[in-house]
Amino acid sequence: MDIRNLKDRIASRVMCTLCMAVVGLAFLMAFGLFLKARPVLSLRGIFNVLFSVTWHPTQGHFGLASFIMGTLWVTGIAMLFAVPLSICTAVYISEYAHRRTRTLIRPVIDVLAGVSPVIYGVWGVIAIVPIVRDRLMPFLSSRFPFFPFASDNYTGYSALSAGIVLAVMISPVIISVTESVIREVPLGVREASLALGATKWQTVKHAVLKKAWPGIIAAVMLGLARAFGETIAVLMVAGCALGFVTKSIFDPAYPLPALIANTYGEMMSVPLYDAAIMLAAFILLAVTAAFNMVGWRILLRIEKEGFSDG
Amino acid sequence: MSLSAFVTVAVLFWLLVTVFAKGLPALNLDMLTKTPRGGYYIGKEGGILNAILGSLSLGVGATALALLVSLPVVLYLHVYLKKLSKRAFIVRFFLDVLWGIPSIVYGAFGFTLMAFFGVRASLLAGTITVAFLIMPIMTRSMDEAFKMIPFELQEACFALGSTRLETAVRVVLRQARAGIVTAVLIAFGRGIGDAASVLFTAGFTDSLPYSLFKPVATLPLAIFFQLGTPFPEVQQRGYASAVVLTVIILAISIAARVFSKKYLKHIER
Repeated sequence: MDIRNLKDRIASRVMCTLCMAVVGLAFLMAFGLFLKARPVLSLRGIFNVLFSVTWHPTQGHFGLASFIMGTLWVTGIAMLFAVPLSICTAVYISEYAHRRTRTLIRPVIDVLAGVSPVIYGVWGVIAIVPIVRDRLMPFLSSRFPFFPFASDNYTGYSALSAGIVLAVMISPVIISVTESVIREVPLGVREASLALGATKWQTVKHAVLKKAWPGIIAAVMLGLARAFGETIAVLMVAGCALGFVTKSIFDPAYPLPALIANTYGEMMSVPLYDAAIMLAAFILLAVTAAFNMVGWRILLRIEKEGFSDG
Repeated sequence: MSLSAFVTVAVLFWLLVTVFAKGLPALNLDMLTKTPRGGYYIGKEGGILNAILGSLSLGVGATALALLVSLPVVLYLHVYLKKLSKRAFIVRFFLDVLWGIPSIVYGAFGFTLMAFFGVRASLLAGTITVAFLIMPIMTRSMDEAFKMIPFELQEACFALGSTRLETAVRVVLRQARAGIVTAVLIAFGRGIGDAASVLFTAGFTDSLPYSLFKPVATLPLAIFFQLGTPFPEVQQRGYASAVVLTVIILAISIAARVFSKKYLKHIER
């Protein structure tokens, strides 16, 4: 065998190993975190940890329920804002906007996607928190003193603030994925609909979106996973009060990622504390990986097979 | 619908205006050329040079490490594997999933690795963790760029008798130069801006980065820590860091745009 083929063979092996290492990294992460989290699971049991609200690391109580609730609140609020806004924007860019408008909006969305999470946090602290504190909270909480609005947290650092900041952070993801899915819908679908006398909006609603909806669901799932795991920005604006279960959009929330980020300094000093934190990280990994897997499966299939014309 | 698009655009400008309005007054020469005096958390004088240099060295190191992995992976996907092969599908799928994993999880994972190898929070640990974080991003955006290269070029190479490695290195790499630069820039921007992954692994310090095994200051954490203090003078340093970080990231994304234009010039979008 000559030297050139030998080089080729060696390179092939090396590259293949690296590819497997990439796939392996995902498993290694899950395995490593799970291994670290196991002590707390074997001592307390999975149900106790997931559904108890008692969080007293020094006494050995590691109930994650209030943090899970915090995550759900913040993510839920973010999705409520981000999903309609992003889908409308994506439809506008891909179906309605003039070419020139499109080339103006796309870079803006790219930049929004690239801005550092901390900067979003700074923006949240400077701009969003005061608005929530001075305008939204007095207005809504006094006028509608019932379930999602009633609260006695007047700082502005709340689930709502975090939700708004998160909504802005995840919109670029949902917009760009939705847009690329809509662009995959063949032109023939639109032409057929228009030829039957449908208006532009009818075409979009009954032909384009109908074809694209699995991809849009996937986009929303990717956005959801992003929101679920976002840390620093949320930590800066969500209030993060310990021993508190969020019951209102104006209450402080303490999501899982913020818990991990906040406790890294002290977790080695208390037994099992680090295991509980690693369990939180493992939960985050499992949930985001699950959403990503479903989302990307749909998207990769669309990319591979495309939409049929029929 | 045009309203929602307008809202999206307006939010970006709102974001930039707030950050710059708060940060520009805080920015001066001392801020950029001095390290914080008397501790980053309480000291009221000095600047953020430690964080600027720390972030840059960490970002460059992590990007270089990530490039070492992602370049061979992308070449393997495109030159060695068939277009619709099962293996390529699986690798892409896992890259996408890794991309979606939150950075705090990478931080926690890096922390368990550090505990395993007995390394303290340091430039080295931070660099490796951030490299893990940005590797999928870099690989996937390179992958998209490589898809633009016509397959006929490779066929021509094979027909002339070159091996797959020669095709990959001499032809495909050269064609994809602009795409590679774009991917590297995107990954660098993501790496330099991320706070959650370096929180555990890189630590924070007042001094300039001088050793791989010592903690290093980073801009995102400089913002995060210094805004959390009760002292207005220290908060000023946080706002100034926010402007510096935003400018770096904007510059990178503009540069990435310029390079990606280069190879998208002839493609109808």
